[in-house]
Amino acid sequence: MSQAEVQETLAKQLALVIDLNVCVGCHACVTSCKEWNTSGAAGPLADLNAYDEQPTGTFFNRVQTFEADSFPNTQTIHFPKSCLHCEDPPCVPVCPTGASYKRKSDGIVLVDYDKCIGCKYCSWACPYGAREFDEERKVMTKCTLCVDRIYDESLAPHDRKPACVKACPTGARLFGDVKDPDSDVSKAIRERGGYQLMPEWETQPSNHYLPRKITTSACGSSQDEFRLGDFLRTKSVPSATAEEGTR
Amino acid sequence: MKPAFSIILFTTVAGAAQGLACVLAVASLAGFAPQQASSIAMMLWVATAMLLVSLVASFFHLGHPMRAWRAALMWRTSWMSREVIVLPAFIAITAGWAVAASLGVLDAGWAQLLPWAAIVGALLLWLCTGMIYACLRFVQEWAHPLTVINYVMLGLSSGLVTATALGALAGEAAFASHAGAGAIIITALAWFTRGLSLRRNARLKPKSTTQSATGIQAARMVQKSMGMTGGSFNTREFFHGASQRVYRNAKRIFLMLAFAVPLSILAVGCLTGAPAAGLLAFPLQLLGLVAERWFFFAQARHPQNIYYQMVS
Repeated sequence: MSQAEVQETLAKQLALVIDLNVCVGCHACVTSCKEWNTSGAAGPLADLNAYDEQPTGTFFNRVQTFEADSFPNTQTIHFPKSCLHCEDPPCVPVCPTGASYKRKSDGIVLVDYDKCIGCKYCSWACPYGAREFDEERKVMTKCTLCVDRIYDESLAPHDRKPACVKACPTGARLFGDVKDPDSDVSKAIRERGGYQLMPEWETQPSNHYLPRKITTSACGSSQDEFRLGDFLRTKSVPSATAEEGTR
Repeated sequence: MKPAFSIILFTTVAGAAQGLACVLAVASLAGFAPQQASSIAMMLWVATAMLLVSLVASFFHLGHPMRAWRAALMWRTSWMSREVIVLPAFIAITAGWAVAASLGVLDAGWAQLLPWAAIVGALLLWLCTGMIYACLRFVQEWAHPLTVINYVMLGLSSGLVTATALGALAGEAAFASHAGAGAIIITALAWFTRGLSLRRNARLKPKSTTQSATGIQAARMVQKSMGMTGGSFNTREFFHGASQRVYRNAKRIFLMLAFAVPLSILAVGCLTGAPAAGLLAFPLQLLGLVAERWFFFAQARHPQNIYYQMVS
């Protein structure tokens, strides 16, 4: 296919690493992302019917919830999802105007809103559903990794991070250069088995996810199936006579 | 995928116009063109008008139509960009040929090249339109050469039916009966190739699963919340939103109206020597092709839908 252009490896690739062990699904990253990006120079993100029956609007980041396995081993997994800033982004070459592009300097995939004609073809070409068409501005929008924050020298150095990263109360979102082997994100990926989403399409997402580790109980060696009846039998119950005596 | 009416209208009407231009080109080269130059001119003007209608329809798909000129810039990588270049070029070829036919200068040396240019232009336009869909590797229903083949075959079929109808209108009995016979053969072939893609799609196994989309390798993975209640672009653009009944009926309707019905009508017309049957087959097939294009979009399951299954 003609889309498969000769890939040049970028020296720097900014990305997020999301720790599924500690995400509690609070949506703080969703609201802080919306707050930062609706207030920027690019103009507000649409919020249609905000207080009516079918509220809908543009968000660059969503937190979804999945349930894995079956009772009694069920796990609830909160799963933040935004643009993965692929190393081989399929959304970029299909853009007919060149409004969609991947920055050579830091690998961020961006949309030039002034060049976008709103044909939505790039959103068809993203297997992750990372792009959202803004129904008010009539252009395609997406996560910018807060490109208007991370280089802002008027901010204190520790604040030059995407709004979602700053907002996360559990530190589930790490931000950095995944091409720098000594960065926190590279170490986390290396040491904790960071993985990419939908590897079958070979888009090489830059964002990685850290898998959950099932914590085993330190209190007992038995890993038998949990039964409520057995559990209650191990508990001391006030004796019947004592109960009668209190009446 | 959500079928967008602007794109359905654009691809069906342009496809028929491309087919019509191809039929006239092949007829001119093979020596059974309409006898009156005015008939050729009329048909070429109809093709040009259809192409202009489809061009206008395509603009309704854009959020910023005034910036559409920018869409020609990325022809090195984008099939949509290539389509944006080929469509006006093909309109110019067809309109130029229509002008030459109207002026009665079709015998001039340079005018002999016009049918060849029309054939090349029509084929290139089908290639671009088909590849827009076929190049999206993760939309598995589309990512196959059959997508391009079907755009060509359905366009040729509807072009031949259109030519039969217009030939009957213009009183060009010989041309109309030739076109009618061609329409029967190509429509049957198009039925076969579209049937092949339906068969392929029915057997497709989605490569992406909830497990691969989240990276969590549990035997059971169920979405409990997609992160919003009121819906988003993702829940509107990638789902057809119709009931299973509508979906099944769209398939039945397009198989009937795009193939079975026009074939029967044209066969009766062919046997009874009444190419005017094309006038009945044309509007019915166009309806069938609209249903076919609707189904083409509705059947495509985008992997992003894995992330948008459950409101809670």
